[in-house]
Amino acid sequence: MDLIFEGIKQAFFLLLSFDREVIGITWLSLKISGTATFVSLFIGISTGMVVALNDFPGRRLVVSLINTGMGLPPVVVGLFVTIFLWRNGPLGFLEILYTPAAMILAQAIIATPIVTGISLAAIQQLPRNLRLQILALGATRIQMVWILVKEAKLPLLAAVMAGFGGVISEVGASIMVGGNIKGYSRVLTTATVMETSRGNFDIAIALGIILLLLAFVINAILTGIQQRERPR
Amino acid sequence: MKRFKVFSAVMAAIGTVVLLSGITPAQAADTAQKNLILATTTSTQDSGLLDVLIPIFEKKTGYFVKTIAVGSGQAMTMGQKGEADVLLVHSPAAEKQFMADGCGVDRKLIMHNDFIIVGPPADPAGIKGAKSAAKAYKKIAAPGSIYMSRGDNSGTHSKEKAILKAAGINAEGQKWYQQTGLGMGQTLNVSAEKKAYTLADRGTYLAVKKNLGLDILVEGDAILLNIYHVIGVNPAKWPKVNAAGAKAFSDFMVSKEVQDIIKTFGVDKFGSPLFSPDAGKTVESLGK
Repeated sequence: MDLIFEGIKQAFFLLLSFDREVIGITWLSLKISGTATFVSLFIGISTGMVVALNDFPGRRLVVSLINTGMGLPPVVVGLFVTIFLWRNGPLGFLEILYTPAAMILAQAIIATPIVTGISLAAIQQLPRNLRLQILALGATRIQMVWILVKEAKLPLLAAVMAGFGGVISEVGASIMVGGNIKGYSRVLTTATVMETSRGNFDIAIALGIILLLLAFVINAILTGIQQRERPR
Repeated sequence: MKRFKVFSAVMAAIGTVVLLSGITPAQAADTAQKNLILATTTSTQDSGLLDVLIPIFEKKTGYFVKTIAVGSGQAMTMGQKGEADVLLVHSPAAEKQFMADGCGVDRKLIMHNDFIIVGPPADPAGIKGAKSAAKAYKKIAAPGSIYMSRGDNSGTHSKEKAILKAAGINAEGQKWYQQTGLGMGQTLNVSAEKKAYTLADRGTYLAVKKNLGLDILVEGDAILLNIYHVIGVNPAKWPKVNAAGAKAFSDFMVSKEVQDIIKTFGVDKFGSPLFSPDAGKTVESLGK
């Protein structure tokens, strides 16, 4: 119990003293997970849209696969990304293993099915007649898609939060493809694992608290945007 | 049309990754030989030694070291696949095999410390002060005791297997013998929680000791010597290996400057050094 107290004290001390290393690690976490979420939004929302608005053979199978992907274990993603990025592996020529770029790639792979699944559900639950109505009013297909995105804004923002939450808290893939290299690919989660194995529980707890604070701030901002748009 | 949109979205996404990470293929080619992948055991990282040495090496040589801290077993597997440039490991038997297979070049003795058998202060198996590690293991291998093995092919795990073999114990599947599959620091934490015995390198034990509640029970047996070597990965086998960087690192590790740092590393924090420098010595002369 003392340890947790010590950890909380340590967290505030590290934050208030602007500890260079901790600030750097926090900023890197935000940058990597933010970029990965951003990438997953592009791919996830477009894929979700395509699957939601079209009928094609095997559609159910695709939806099941997407839903399964929402629970993709990060370590498995990490393992496959590592094997692909090995310098003697199929994508070795990119030379990005043990770099932040590799971490973004792995995290984007983790977040994409989450965003896809939630977008798919969000678009599907819009009334079917809405689509016909929009088209009847003379909108082009692209305009229609845009209006649908706006209509589904609430659940789509939930998709952003779920995707971001999934990757900022993820450790298995990050440590495998990033290598937890000091000042380069060390993020809040991998640093927490390392400090724990070093027996520095107070610092590990402090890093955990900083991670929670970061997640809270980001989600508070997104929730603010989301709830402003709440239908009354 | 739609297909095109999806395609362009994917391309835009990949473009974003490349842009934001600031890595273009041309740049990557330039920096390739500046990067040096050091695969090493968890003990060198968990003890904090590499945090001291790596910045000095980087400043001196301009290489950027990517330290991947895994067990010695995994470090050597990375070497076997040409996925690391240089290794700092402590698993002599496996290292000899590694050299015999032609995977490594330029193996140099760097330093040693020793393994210790730690356990709960109450010491239910009564091994405290035993002169022989094998005898201590025989006592632990009885009902009522728990032993935590790393179980990860690390240097510590291979040492444990060697002691078990010397003691003639078949531990696999026994109730007292449990495996964590974790690094040294975490295995010590698990052992402390379960009031179990475990084998640890002294460096990691001293580094994590403060919150632990495990005592040193057996030490000083010759079989408990823990010896670290640096090995370059054979560039003849894997052309992409950064051989110049590996050579620079291994020269650095045996340099007087580094050996002097190793000699005193840990004194300020733990009251005694964590490792003894051994550059230029032979393995046979250690511990005498």
